[in-house]
Amino acid sequence: MILKDIIERLNLKCLNEANLDAEIKGAYSSDLLSDVMGNARSGQVWITMQTHKNVTAIASLKDIPAVIIVRNGEPDADMLEHAKEEDICILVSTEPTFQVCGKLYELIK
Amino acid sequence: MHYSFDIERGNFTDAGHASASVKRTLKQLNVEPASIKRIVVALYEAEINAVAHAYGGKIDVEIDPEKIVMIVADEGPGIPNVDLAMTEGWSTASPKVREMGFGAGMGLPNIKKNTDELKIDTKIGVGTTLTMTVYLNA
Repeated sequence: MILKDIIERLNLKCLNEANLDAEIKGAYSSDLLSDVMGNARSGQVWITMQTHKNVTAIASLKDIPAVIIVRNGEPDADMLEHAKEEDICILVSTEPTFQVCGKLYELIK
Repeated sequence: MHYSFDIERGNFTDAGHASASVKRTLKQLNVEPASIKRIVVALYEAEINAVAHAYGGKIDVEIDPEKIVMIVADEGPGIPNVDLAMTEGWSTASPKVREMGFGAGMGLPNIKKNTDELKIDTKIGVGTTLTMTVYLNA
Protein backbone atom coordinates (compact mmCIF):
# COMPACT_ATOMS: atom_id res chain seq x y z
CA MET A 1 0.00 0.00 0.00
CA ILE A 2 1.30 3.46 -0.82
CA LEU A 3 1.85 6.06 1.89
CA LYS A 4 -0.91 8.34 0.62
CA ASP A 5 -3.50 5.60 1.16
CA ILE A 6 -2.17 4.83 4.64
CA ILE A 7 -2.52 8.50 5.59
CA GLU A 8 -6.13 8.43 4.45
CA ARG A 9 -7.06 5.10 6.03
CA LEU A 10 -5.47 5.94 9.40
CA ASN A 11 -6.78 9.49 9.29
CA LEU A 12 -3.34 10.99 9.89
CA LYS A 13 -2.51 14.66 9.92
CA CYS A 14 0.32 15.41 7.50
CA LEU A 15 2.78 18.10 8.63
CA ASN A 16 5.29 17.56 5.88
CA GLU A 17 4.25 15.99 2.62
CA ALA A 18 6.90 13.73 1.13
CA ASN A 19 7.17 10.25 -0.36
CA LEU A 20 3.38 10.04 -0.75
CA ASP A 21 3.66 7.46 -3.52
CA ALA A 22 6.20 5.30 -1.68
CA GLU A 23 5.15 1.67 -1.35
CA ILE A 24 5.08 0.81 2.35
CA LYS A 25 5.69 -2.83 3.17
CA GLY A 26 6.46 -2.57 6.84
CA ALA A 27 6.77 -0.43 9.92
CA TYR A 28 8.86 -0.23 13.05
CA SER A 29 7.60 1.04 16.37
CA SER A 30 10.03 2.21 19.03
CA ASP A 31 10.90 5.23 21.14
CA LEU A 32 14.45 4.03 21.67
CA LEU A 33 16.57 5.62 19.01
CA SER A 34 19.34 3.03 19.04
CA ASP A 35 16.73 0.32 18.66
CA VAL A 36 15.51 2.00 15.48
CA MET A 37 19.08 2.63 14.35
CA GLY A 38 19.95 -1.03 14.85
CA ASN A 39 16.78 -2.78 13.78
CA ALA A 40 14.51 -0.70 11.53
CA ARG A 41 14.82 -1.38 7.81
CA SER A 42 14.87 1.11 5.00
CA GLY A 43 11.47 1.82 3.50
CA GLN A 44 9.63 1.16 6.75
CA VAL A 45 7.38 3.70 8.45
CA TRP A 46 8.54 4.64 11.97
CA ILE A 47 5.93 4.94 14.72
CA THR A 48 7.11 6.88 17.77
CA MET A 49 6.30 9.46 20.39
CA GLN A 50 9.70 11.15 20.11
CA THR A 51 9.44 14.60 18.57
CA HIS A 52 12.98 16.00 18.36
CA LYS A 53 15.40 16.50 15.51
CA ASN A 54 17.30 13.26 16.10
CA VAL A 55 14.21 11.45 14.82
CA THR A 56 14.60 12.97 11.38
CA ALA A 57 18.38 12.51 11.54
CA ILE A 58 17.85 8.78 12.05
CA ALA A 59 15.00 8.56 9.55
CA SER A 60 17.22 10.14 6.94
CA LEU A 61 20.21 7.90 7.71
CA LYS A 62 18.02 4.78 7.63
CA ASP A 63 16.03 5.79 4.51
CA ILE A 64 12.78 5.82 6.43
CA PRO A 65 10.21 7.62 4.26
CA ALA A 66 7.70 8.57 6.95
CA VAL A 67 7.40 9.03 10.70
CA ILE A 68 4.06 8.68 12.49
CA ILE A 69 3.99 10.60 15.78
CA VAL A 70 1.42 9.12 18.13
CA ARG A 71 -1.00 10.68 20.61
CA ASN A 72 -1.07 14.08 18.95
CA GLY A 73 2.61 14.74 19.61
CA GLU A 74 3.97 17.97 18.24
CA PRO A 75 7.32 17.84 16.45
CA ASP A 76 9.91 20.42 17.45
CA ALA A 77 10.30 23.23 14.91
CA ASP A 78 13.83 22.12 13.98
CA MET A 79 12.62 18.55 13.47
CA LEU A 80 9.99 19.74 11.01
CA GLU A 81 12.47 21.96 9.23
CA HIS A 82 14.92 19.07 8.97
CA ALA A 83 12.13 16.82 7.63
CA LYS A 84 11.55 19.33 4.82
CA GLU A 85 15.24 19.40 3.94
CA GLU A 86 15.52 15.61 3.99
CA ASP A 87 12.14 14.82 2.38
CA ILE A 88 10.69 12.83 5.25
CA CYS A 89 6.94 12.68 5.60
CA ILE A 90 5.83 13.73 9.10
CA LEU A 91 2.45 12.38 10.19
CA VAL A 92 0.50 12.73 13.42
CA SER A 93 -2.12 10.40 14.85
CA THR A 94 -4.52 11.25 17.65
CA GLU A 95 -4.27 7.64 18.81
CA PRO A 96 -1.66 5.91 20.97
CA THR A 97 1.01 3.55 19.66
CA PHE A 98 -0.92 0.30 20.17
CA GLN A 99 -3.89 1.43 18.10
CA VAL A 100 -1.74 2.92 15.34
CA CYS A 101 0.34 -0.25 15.10
CA GLY A 102 -2.72 -2.48 15.10
CA LYS A 103 -4.46 -0.58 12.35
CA LEU A 104 -1.34 -0.26 10.22
CA TYR A 105 -0.59 -3.96 10.65
CA GLU A 106 -4.06 -4.83 9.38
CA LEU A 107 -3.50 -2.62 6.33
CA ILE A 108 -0.10 -3.85 5.22
CA LYS A 109 0.39 -7.32 6.74
CA MET B 1 39.87 11.01 1.04
CA HIS B 2 39.85 12.48 4.47
CA TYR B 3 37.10 14.28 6.37
CA SER B 4 37.03 15.80 9.85
CA PHE B 5 34.17 16.87 12.07
CA ASP B 6 34.01 18.40 15.54
CA ILE B 7 31.82 17.03 18.29
CA GLU B 8 30.31 19.43 20.80
CA ARG B 9 29.25 18.31 24.24
CA GLY B 10 25.52 17.97 24.68
CA ASN B 11 24.73 19.23 21.20
CA PHE B 12 22.17 16.61 20.20
CA THR B 13 20.63 18.93 17.64
CA ASP B 14 23.58 18.65 15.30
CA ALA B 15 24.38 15.04 16.13
CA GLY B 16 24.21 12.99 12.99
CA HIS B 17 25.79 15.70 10.89
CA ALA B 18 28.97 13.70 10.30
CA SER B 19 27.04 10.51 9.50
CA ALA B 20 24.80 12.35 7.04
CA SER B 21 27.77 13.90 5.32
CA VAL B 22 29.65 10.58 5.10
CA LYS B 23 26.51 8.89 3.76
CA ARG B 24 26.25 11.46 0.95
CA THR B 25 29.91 10.99 0.05
CA LEU B 26 29.67 7.19 0.01
CA LYS B 27 26.58 7.36 -2.21
CA GLN B 28 28.46 9.59 -4.65
CA LEU B 29 31.29 7.05 -4.64
CA ASN B 30 28.77 4.32 -5.51
CA VAL B 31 29.59 2.29 -2.44
CA GLU B 32 27.10 -0.57 -2.14
CA PRO B 33 23.99 0.33 -0.07
CA ALA B 34 24.48 -2.54 2.41
CA SER B 35 27.90 -1.18 3.42
CA ILE B 36 26.60 2.39 3.62
CA LYS B 37 23.85 1.24 6.00
CA ARG B 38 26.34 -0.38 8.35
CA ILE B 39 28.72 2.56 8.25
CA VAL B 40 26.10 5.20 9.09
CA VAL B 41 24.72 3.16 12.01
CA ALA B 42 28.19 2.79 13.52
CA LEU B 43 29.20 6.39 12.99
CA TYR B 44 25.92 7.83 14.26
CA GLU B 45 26.07 5.76 17.44
CA ALA B 46 29.66 6.84 18.03
CA GLU B 47 28.71 10.49 17.49
CA ILE B 48 25.84 10.19 19.95
CA ASN B 49 28.04 8.48 22.52
CA ALA B 50 30.55 11.32 22.37
CA VAL B 51 27.82 13.99 22.55
CA ALA B 52 26.11 12.27 25.47
CA HIS B 53 29.10 11.23 27.57
CA ALA B 54 32.16 13.30 26.65
CA TYR B 55 33.19 16.95 26.85
CA GLY B 56 33.93 17.30 23.18
CA GLY B 57 35.81 15.51 20.49
CA LYS B 58 36.71 14.97 16.91
CA ILE B 59 35.77 12.60 14.13
CA ASP B 60 38.25 11.67 11.42
CA VAL B 61 37.08 9.64 8.46
CA GLU B 62 39.44 8.16 5.91
CA ILE B 63 37.95 6.57 2.81
CA ASP B 64 39.96 4.56 0.32
CA PRO B 65 38.78 2.06 -2.30
CA GLU B 66 39.08 -0.92 0.06
CA LYS B 67 37.85 0.43 3.35
CA ILE B 68 36.56 3.24 5.48
CA VAL B 69 38.24 3.99 8.80
CA MET B 70 36.33 6.20 11.24
CA ILE B 71 38.12 7.47 14.32
CA VAL B 72 35.96 9.11 16.95
CA ALA B 73 38.17 10.58 19.66
CA ASP B 74 36.66 12.32 22.66
CA GLU B 75 37.88 14.10 25.74
CA GLY B 76 35.76 12.69 28.50
CA PRO B 77 35.39 10.45 31.49
CA GLY B 78 36.58 7.29 29.73
CA ILE B 79 34.90 3.90 30.04
CA PRO B 80 35.67 2.17 33.37
CA ASN B 81 34.65 -1.29 32.19
CA VAL B 82 34.63 -1.87 28.45
CA ASP B 83 33.16 -5.38 28.70
CA LEU B 84 30.21 -4.01 30.64
CA ALA B 85 29.79 -1.15 28.16
CA MET B 86 29.65 -3.70 25.34
CA THR B 87 26.75 -5.48 27.07
CA GLU B 88 23.41 -4.75 25.46
CA GLY B 89 21.14 -2.84 27.83
CA TRP B 90 23.88 -1.45 30.06
CA SER B 91 24.07 2.35 30.05
CA THR B 92 25.35 5.24 32.17
CA ALA B 93 23.32 7.87 30.29
CA SER B 94 21.65 10.66 32.27
CA PRO B 95 17.86 10.77 32.74
CA LYS B 96 17.67 13.72 30.31
CA VAL B 97 19.47 11.74 27.62
CA ARG B 98 17.23 8.74 28.26
CA GLU B 99 14.11 10.86 27.92
CA MET B 100 15.17 11.66 24.38
CA GLY B 101 15.21 7.95 23.63
CA PHE B 102 18.96 7.52 23.90
CA GLY B 103 20.76 5.56 26.59
CA ALA B 104 19.20 2.20 25.81
CA GLY B 105 22.59 0.55 26.15
CA MET B 106 22.62 -0.41 22.49
CA GLY B 107 25.15 2.04 21.12
CA LEU B 108 28.39 0.10 21.42
CA PRO B 109 26.72 -3.25 20.58
CA ASN B 110 25.26 -1.61 17.43
CA ILE B 111 28.72 -0.32 16.55
CA LYS B 112 30.28 -3.75 17.06
CA LYS B 113 27.63 -5.41 14.88
CA ASN B 114 28.01 -2.94 12.06
CA THR B 115 31.79 -2.74 11.78
CA ASP B 116 34.37 -5.27 10.62
CA GLU B 117 36.93 -4.07 13.15
CA LEU B 118 36.40 -2.09 16.32
CA LYS B 119 39.17 -0.87 18.59
CA ILE B 120 38.38 0.94 21.83
CA ASP B 121 41.16 2.88 23.55
CA THR B 122 39.97 4.44 26.75
CA LYS B 123 41.61 6.11 29.71
CA ILE B 124 39.72 7.14 32.82
CA GLY B 125 39.51 10.91 33.14
CA VAL B 126 41.14 11.47 29.76
CA GLY B 127 38.86 10.15 27.06
CA THR B 128 37.93 7.42 24.62
CA THR B 129 38.96 6.77 21.05
CA LEU B 130 36.98 4.42 18.86
CA THR B 131 38.58 3.18 15.67
CA MET B 132 35.97 1.62 13.43
CA THR B 133 36.79 -0.07 10.13
CA VAL B 134 34.38 -1.29 7.49
CA TYR B 135 35.70 -3.01 4.37
CA LEU B 136 33.99 -1.86 1.20
CA ASN B 137 32.56 -4.10 -1.51
CA ALA B 138 33.55 -7.10 0.58
